[in-house]
Amino acid sequence: MPKIPVNIDGRALEVDVGRTILDVCRENEIEILTMCHFEGIGDVGACRLCLVEIEGINKLLPACTTKVAANQVIKTQTEKLKKYQKITTELLFAERNHICAVCIADGNCELQDLGYKVGMEHVRFPYLFPKCEVDTSHPWYVMDHNRCIMCVRCVRVCSEVEGAHNWGIMNRGFQVRVISDFNTPWGDSTTCTACSKCVNVCPTGALWSKAAVQGQLVKQPQMVSELVAKRKMNL
Amino acid sequence: MNRQDLITTAQQARVKQEQYKRRVCVCCGAGCISSGSEAVLKKLQEEVKSRGLEGEIEVVPSGCMGPCNQGPLVKVMPEYTMYQKVTCANIAAVVQSQLIEKKPIEDLLLFSDSRPKAFVNALEDPFFKKQHKIVLEDCGDINPEVIEDYIVRDGYKALDKALFQMSREDVIGEIKNSRLRGRGGAGFPTGIKWETVFKYVADQKYVICNGDEGDPGAFMDRSVLEGNPHRVLEGMAIAGYAVGASKGFAYIRGEYPLAIKRFEAAIKAAKKQGLLGPNILGSNFSFEVEIRIGAGAFVCGEETALIASIEGKRGMPRPRPPFPAEVGLWGKPTLINNVETLASIAPIINRGGQWYGAIGTPKSAGTKVFALAGKINYSGLIEVPMGMTLREIVFDIGGGVPGGREFKSAQTGGPSGGCIPKEHLDTKVDYESLVSLGSIMGSGGLIIMDDTSDMVDVARFFMEFCMDESCGKCVPCRVGTKMMYDLLSKVCAGHGTLRDIERLEELAVYVKESSLCGLGMSAPNPLLSTLRYYKNEYLAHIDRNKELEGVSHA
Repeated sequence: MPKIPVNIDGRALEVDVGRTILDVCRENEIEILTMCHFEGIGDVGACRLCLVEIEGINKLLPACTTKVAANQVIKTQTEKLKKYQKITTELLFAERNHICAVCIADGNCELQDLGYKVGMEHVRFPYLFPKCEVDTSHPWYVMDHNRCIMCVRCVRVCSEVEGAHNWGIMNRGFQVRVISDFNTPWGDSTTCTACSKCVNVCPTGALWSKAAVQGQLVKQPQMVSELVAKRKMNL
Repeated sequence: MNRQDLITTAQQARVKQEQYKRRVCVCCGAGCISSGSEAVLKKLQEEVKSRGLEGEIEVVPSGCMGPCNQGPLVKVMPEYTMYQKVTCANIAAVVQSQLIEKKPIEDLLLFSDSRPKAFVNALEDPFFKKQHKIVLEDCGDINPEVIEDYIVRDGYKALDKALFQMSREDVIGEIKNSRLRGRGGAGFPTGIKWETVFKYVADQKYVICNGDEGDPGAFMDRSVLEGNPHRVLEGMAIAGYAVGASKGFAYIRGEYPLAIKRFEAAIKAAKKQGLLGPNILGSNFSFEVEIRIGAGAFVCGEETALIASIEGKRGMPRPRPPFPAEVGLWGKPTLINNVETLASIAPIINRGGQWYGAIGTPKSAGTKVFALAGKINYSGLIEVPMGMTLREIVFDIGGGVPGGREFKSAQTGGPSGGCIPKEHLDTKVDYESLVSLGSIMGSGGLIIMDDTSDMVDVARFFMEFCMDESCGKCVPCRVGTKMMYDLLSKVCAGHGTLRDIERLEELAVYVKESSLCGLGMSAPNPLLSTLRYYKNEYLAHIDRNKELEGVSHA
């Protein structure tokens, strides 16, 4: 694989052609915050936490979908980026209902971790608290839209890895919702295989197993990444 | 049809047109139809027939003539006498006086009720005199549903020239020479875009015509599609030849049923004549065009969302790069141009890039179509050379602000643009100067506001639009527009604080810089530009707040 020189945060690196900035950063232990990215499923560049500055390009680009190019000078830790990461985190917390103390995912939540990482002390924007549905119709799992941050990992893992296409998206703007089939109760789904992949990759307490109790929800997100990696090996 | 047939058709159509002493066009653009022009057309045709004049006078429906709020409009050629607000009751008088006695009806002349002097030849009125029509040159004169009407005015001649006298590189070179920039809003150089698509090697490439015009108050693309659909088709075919695409899609929003109907008819007619389809004009170039109808999402005007929509997916944008020129429709290199851009192609090929490039300003060549709307005497469709001042557009062409009120602001670029205050009325309208004023050229919507407009409310209106139209994919646009809308509503209701203004400013810059697509990146523009020029109005709203300044209500 041919190598190209890039400069990330002042470090001169030789990296493989065709890799994303995120891949390159993670390989070189440069921390990039992400939320919608998940190893093994396709990237959509939606959460905007992984934005980086590239010299000569007048807009911020997401590290997860932007491929490195030769001689790029990339900055990942500027004051502006840190400020924007914090606002994004605050907006995610303000958008629906993320009161950790009463959330089943407390202690096992990527959004909660993100809050700590960006040093969010409080949310400066008004909480919207929309009244969202809690779909408990599935025999084993629950979809609590109040905790959903629209990373759409569930939608992608269901179509890309499981191939079931149970999850979709409806509405737009802040009224956007993840739906099962054509917006019918999850328990009535004719496509869901109950494979649990969506539950495991969900970063928050939006998708969870009925067997879990508050504070003890354990997810195994790595099972999906490992599965994808193993499938690739067999090919 | 081969090359000779094209010339013969033009000649035959010319002979047929010359049989008539006069040609009367009745505007059947969407605006005039809504004020009853179809009944006027029918009545006029009956009246001419009943007087036995059908051999001398040709009565045809045409596309938009320009002064839309004066409709229904009737134009008599070759005198170029135009009548406004024509009703069925006026028809007998028009036929008797204008067409038989050859005396114009003074009281019915265009602008007779609003200008001190109305002109018998409408072209002498400043409304037309100051315009420079290239895209719209045939719009309002030809019957958009008759292909011969277009052919007789050198229609498809540019396609013929491109196919038989020019190489692909020549065509691209000519477009580059013209310095034409994309008319959809961003203003990317069209020639460079074509060249990029041309350079990618692929078994299949596509050309897409973006007719998903969604800005409130904008009707440029609609009028071009309705008034001269063949011009757009010809532009698409030339683009297809230049970049090496054999298939084109016209993405037209579902709210434009007339544009869809006429474009469909144009495709059918062009196919029948061999101007579309296999081996166009006997060359070895083949090109097909299909229509795709938008289902009412503003964001589908964004190119990657538009492509997703054509593919049958949910219309959501994706990050660029890769650009559609490399990875476009079904993963193939795709050229996406706006309707107006494609409608500018044929004249550039016919008359040369240098001719086009000489019009306008050094950085913004050519002409731009604007849809004048809002508090302005003559709202309608105009085309002016780049670099004309806003003052000339608003006051000379548009006739100024009605009701003795004062001009306050010109909003360009719709929900992605900004508000330009009267201090900057003498700004030359081109891509760069509008950006320096915190607005954008946009697709050409120009909404005029008078001193009764509350600019905070204006900002709130556009923010509400963006909030509703956000696809919900990325966090800044989805949540940021909602937060900004709520804060603006709070300020409008008189509950705002200075801290709210600070938050608005912070959010606006954040959403602008970190959103995924153009919708989010430009959504804060109306807010930012009103904060820049009308901050006193924000502060006035805050003064209404009885609470202590700085105390948050959140």
